[in-house]
Amino acid sequence: MSTIDDVTLAVIQNGLQQVCNEMDLAFQRAAFSPTISETMDRSDGIYHRDTGDLIAQGEWGMPIFVGCMQFSTQAALAYIQERGIEVRPGDVFMFNDPYMGGTHVMDVKFLRPFFYKGQIFAWFSNTGHWPDCGGMVPSGFSSTATEIEQEGLRLPPVKIFKEDEIDEEILSIVLSNVRVSEERIGDIKAQIGALTIGDRRLTELLDRYGADTVDSAMAEFRTRAAQLMRARIGTIPDGTYEGEAFVDSDGIDDRPLRIHVTMRKTGTELHFDLSQSSPPCAGPMNSVLATTKSAIYLAVKHIFPDVPINAGTFEPIHIADPDGTFLYAEYPRPVSGCAAEVSQRVCEAVFDALVKAVPDLCWAAPAGTVGNLSLGGRDPRRDRHYVMYNLSGGGYGGSLYGDGMSNGCSTTGNAATAPVEVLEQYYPILFEHYRLHERSGGPGKRRGGLGVNYRVRLRGGNAKLSFIMDHGRSGPLGAAGGADGAVNRIVLSYKDGRQYIPRHLSKDQGISMTEGDSVEVWTPGGGGYGNPLERDPASVTRDVFLEYYTIEDAAKDYGVVIDPESGTADLAGTAALRAQMMKERAASA
Amino acid sequence: MTSRVVGVDVGGTFTDLILIDEQTNSVWLEKVPSTPQNQAFGVISAIEKTKQDLGGIREIVHGTTVTTNALLERKIARCGLITTRGFRDTLELGRRTRPAPYGLIAQFTPLIPRNLRVEVDERMDAEGNVVVPLDEGQVAEAVERLRELGVEAIVVHFLHSYINPAHERRAAEIARGIWPTNYVTAGSDIISEFREFERGVTATVHAAVQPVLDRYLSRLQSELANKGYARDLLVMQGNGGLVSSRIAADDAVQTVMSGPASGVSAAAYYATAAGFGHLVTCDMGGTSCDIGVVKGGVPEITTEKQLEFGLPIHVPMVDVHTIGAGGGSIAYIDDGGMLQVGPESAGASPGPICYGRGGERVTLTDANLLLGRLDKDNLLSVDNPVSIDAVESAMTTQIGETLGLGPAESAAAVIRIGNNKMAGAIRMVTLSRGLDPRDYTLFAFGGAGPLHAVAIARELGIPRVLVPLRPGLINAFGCIVADVRHDYVNVINRRLEDTDIAEVHRVLRDQVKTARETVESENVEIDDLSFTHHAHMKFDGQTHVLRIKLDDVDVELAELRALFDEAYWNRFAVRLPEMRPVLVDLHTTVFGRRHSLPLETLLAREAADDIGDAVVGERSVWFEEGGWQATPIYRRERIPPETRFSGPAIVEQLDTTVIVEPGVDVEVDSFGNLVLVV
Repeated sequence: MSTIDDVTLAVIQNGLQQVCNEMDLAFQRAAFSPTISETMDRSDGIYHRDTGDLIAQGEWGMPIFVGCMQFSTQAALAYIQERGIEVRPGDVFMFNDPYMGGTHVMDVKFLRPFFYKGQIFAWFSNTGHWPDCGGMVPSGFSSTATEIEQEGLRLPPVKIFKEDEIDEEILSIVLSNVRVSEERIGDIKAQIGALTIGDRRLTELLDRYGADTVDSAMAEFRTRAAQLMRARIGTIPDGTYEGEAFVDSDGIDDRPLRIHVTMRKTGTELHFDLSQSSPPCAGPMNSVLATTKSAIYLAVKHIFPDVPINAGTFEPIHIADPDGTFLYAEYPRPVSGCAAEVSQRVCEAVFDALVKAVPDLCWAAPAGTVGNLSLGGRDPRRDRHYVMYNLSGGGYGGSLYGDGMSNGCSTTGNAATAPVEVLEQYYPILFEHYRLHERSGGPGKRRGGLGVNYRVRLRGGNAKLSFIMDHGRSGPLGAAGGADGAVNRIVLSYKDGRQYIPRHLSKDQGISMTEGDSVEVWTPGGGGYGNPLERDPASVTRDVFLEYYTIEDAAKDYGVVIDPESGTADLAGTAALRAQMMKERAASA
Repeated sequence: MTSRVVGVDVGGTFTDLILIDEQTNSVWLEKVPSTPQNQAFGVISAIEKTKQDLGGIREIVHGTTVTTNALLERKIARCGLITTRGFRDTLELGRRTRPAPYGLIAQFTPLIPRNLRVEVDERMDAEGNVVVPLDEGQVAEAVERLRELGVEAIVVHFLHSYINPAHERRAAEIARGIWPTNYVTAGSDIISEFREFERGVTATVHAAVQPVLDRYLSRLQSELANKGYARDLLVMQGNGGLVSSRIAADDAVQTVMSGPASGVSAAAYYATAAGFGHLVTCDMGGTSCDIGVVKGGVPEITTEKQLEFGLPIHVPMVDVHTIGAGGGSIAYIDDGGMLQVGPESAGASPGPICYGRGGERVTLTDANLLLGRLDKDNLLSVDNPVSIDAVESAMTTQIGETLGLGPAESAAAVIRIGNNKMAGAIRMVTLSRGLDPRDYTLFAFGGAGPLHAVAIARELGIPRVLVPLRPGLINAFGCIVADVRHDYVNVINRRLEDTDIAEVHRVLRDQVKTARETVESENVEIDDLSFTHHAHMKFDGQTHVLRIKLDDVDVELAELRALFDEAYWNRFAVRLPEMRPVLVDLHTTVFGRRHSLPLETLLAREAADDIGDAVVGERSVWFEEGGWQATPIYRRERIPPETRFSGPAIVEQLDTTVIVEPGVDVEVDSFGNLVLVV
């Protein structure tokens, strides 16, 4: 039982949350990398001084980092302790080793001890996605890497700052190994600046409420968060539920990778087993353990968004280590696809299990790929090298409450895409269109949201195109009788009219492009929810009127007959067609 | 020239009016129910209630929520969009965000449906070069088609029009040629900045509310004219400045934050007139709390307001942050056993339990009542009196039993959590912008603001709370004292080292010239014109900008660099000598200062000679410090200027209740404002 009154507890909880929010904001606004400043691919948190357990994390941080940063902080603390490294005020450790509780090497973590009255009180850590950490392709997302070394520079925890002084030697090693290094110093300073701001604010909080009180409060938050999560889990019916999802291929071997989840719910606890998933793969679609576990935490947190985030939140969630699968990668397996793609597929598998357990709380699968497309080359107009890095959204799945949203962000992120007007200012490209991916929403009583379709043309010089996307082979799953969303597609069109479709459908790298060539992308739509034959004919008519899909689709997918002249539904014809379709479906089932 | 001015502000519940005769120092105050169907009825009825001859009124200044409500309720004009081929879905795609970090159930409806978005052949590149010439025939066809589909307004929105608006302007000209209407908007005429979604939405918001505002204002203006008012009605804009109703609709998007702007504008006036440089404003009503900042007498402005999810409005507006904390905010215990307050609100209906309108869940107002902070015998807005025992028992069942606290302690806990949330919101609008709350005075108004202000100030280390004389009429007062204001911006977007400083000077001078001409075209009496200039800057490679204040037009490059470095250090605790700054754009604001109104005018006539005579009673009130204690009740109207008294005390007035916690000294200034020293 806590000795602090409930009110002080709530005040301190808000205070810690605000410290983290302020760090998030300062880091984002000061960053140079657009992946941090525009797509908010960063996170800031406070961690327990001994255990590294998560105490509080910024609300605007990238969701996938929620679990990961606790693992990375714990791994770094163990590393520091094992080696007996002395820790002084103003020291900052920098590291990005994916096998140390990380994601991919481009997510660089800073870890700084927070001293209060001469003692370490807690740790601050933040992660930022650097646009490049070296490796065989610009941006680090190589679809054909077979070893981690090909993905970039790997750093164990090293002191980039020693008692507030930057270590120029370590800095020079880092800057000599990354592309467009002149901007990195700006990101490093933004990242450290955020921790400095956190330091000031947490000191004020402790001055106000006393270190002992805040300390006991932090322990209490953990208990409370666990209690709330247990209460939420308690609403799920006891039982065992299965879910699955597929990664198109690993980029090397053109075969799908299977993620299989068995979710067992007993009382107020959830147990996850992934052991029937595919074995480790040769290409970069392996996932490190921290990312796999975080993806499961994150999927559950999406279902129960009101549970605050700290180490206690995930206490009632038990995940067996998926030894021997591609979801538990060990050195030197390449892993660049795990944070953006495999993690989302893990979420989808969990959603697939959850939507069977709690169909009123969950949804059909969201598009689930970040649509990662990078273009690197020389801009002859400005006489400089560039690395463009473009992400896109896709449709969300339908749910009991309505159709899925179009062009939603990945499950594991929550970030804006760069505007066309910004991309065209920076790079020698021209977008020919950027629009809804028509006919992509999975049919359902509540249909999936629509994906995006864009086509971009190279206006000058030569460039290399690389991409790691997914759902090229199978669309996001429908749920409760709904159909799957449309698949992802990417096609390169050369100036002379030839076309190139990648062998792995959604992944390729180093494709040469010259002026006038263009690439077109269609991102997936969300899965449909519920039987499409039960969709209100008026909604179908409206969808057709807005050209989300065609009159023919309305008949084929929804059994709704629309008069092409008036654009209205023929209700008698619809009833007859639906009756016939239901009969056929029953027969084939 | 007559000496009578009227300020009239339409809020969600009440339409407030203040009429001041500057010669005789007479003041008329009116509060009538708002008429949401047509706000003009409430405005006219408030004016009629004063029984004053409209012919004798020099100015009527109006704060309105007509455009805000139209947008939030989507009762907007049917608009058509003409846009670059390949990009008709820009307004629907947004930037792939979702409303909340967790949870994937979300809905978004674009302001213009897909069938009313038409593409034409045309294309500029990012340098403003023509890639595809404008097909004028297609524009004409698009206009005809949209007209047939019954649109009332047309938005022309082309890619990269911020750098070269030629195609957009030509298309708008064609549209106006075919269809003589005022309701054709070229996107870059509304804002000239890059980011196609934000610019397109801002232009669309403008087009969608322009006919609504136009109809409303011309009807109101003509009704006022029929009643003898001869001059231009002045309208409060979201930037805290006024504009003539004749041209207000040309800048319709500027009125979207008109409501909160009048309050902040009043605060800015107090800041100067009563000698408070920096204020944090806290306007707390029944469901929400609006927080703004006045720095050096000038309201802080943002150009990145998001009215709701997917509805960014990028024109300069007072930077008001709204949180769901008001008298009606519901208190509850969550499943983790933590006490929470809001954002869910009982609103005006069913309302707090004590209003007797069927409310069953305890609210902040109920908590204030239980602690004696509100007078149980004199509650406003009560339908069916509810016994204090009933409120007490609800507090015990819903809160006390779980926390193991009695009803008073539970109520105190509810208030503390509510205060804590508001304090958190203030911290985000001050600290996150590099402002230290300790340099500020908390300006508390609205029905519930003064109930909570001292506790919030304590939480934040804000040293003083200013409760103005008429906290419930501040918005109407803000209308009267606001300046005429217009904002201008031009994009430069060049590295500082490549910037021609002569161009900077030319842009700023041109902005000053345009501003001067606009103010002169308005039929408003102005004492004095003043100009302020700002630059937005960033480092090359960054996407976010910092706002830098320029001392004058003749700024030098080295000075720009130095100002930027300093601002950067203050905000981010970082210095970046190795990076190259970029000058993004240049802003000019013109303020047409109107005659100043002495604050003394508002002084109450019935003030007692001695502070002791302002005490009208005593009741038992619960304070965190000392629990229940006998507390004197002061009548605000009876409190004489230039006196002082100390807490614990309660000050009651028609429109609010002020809580003076034990240990707080109250100084009454010469204008009758209460300054609570925390």
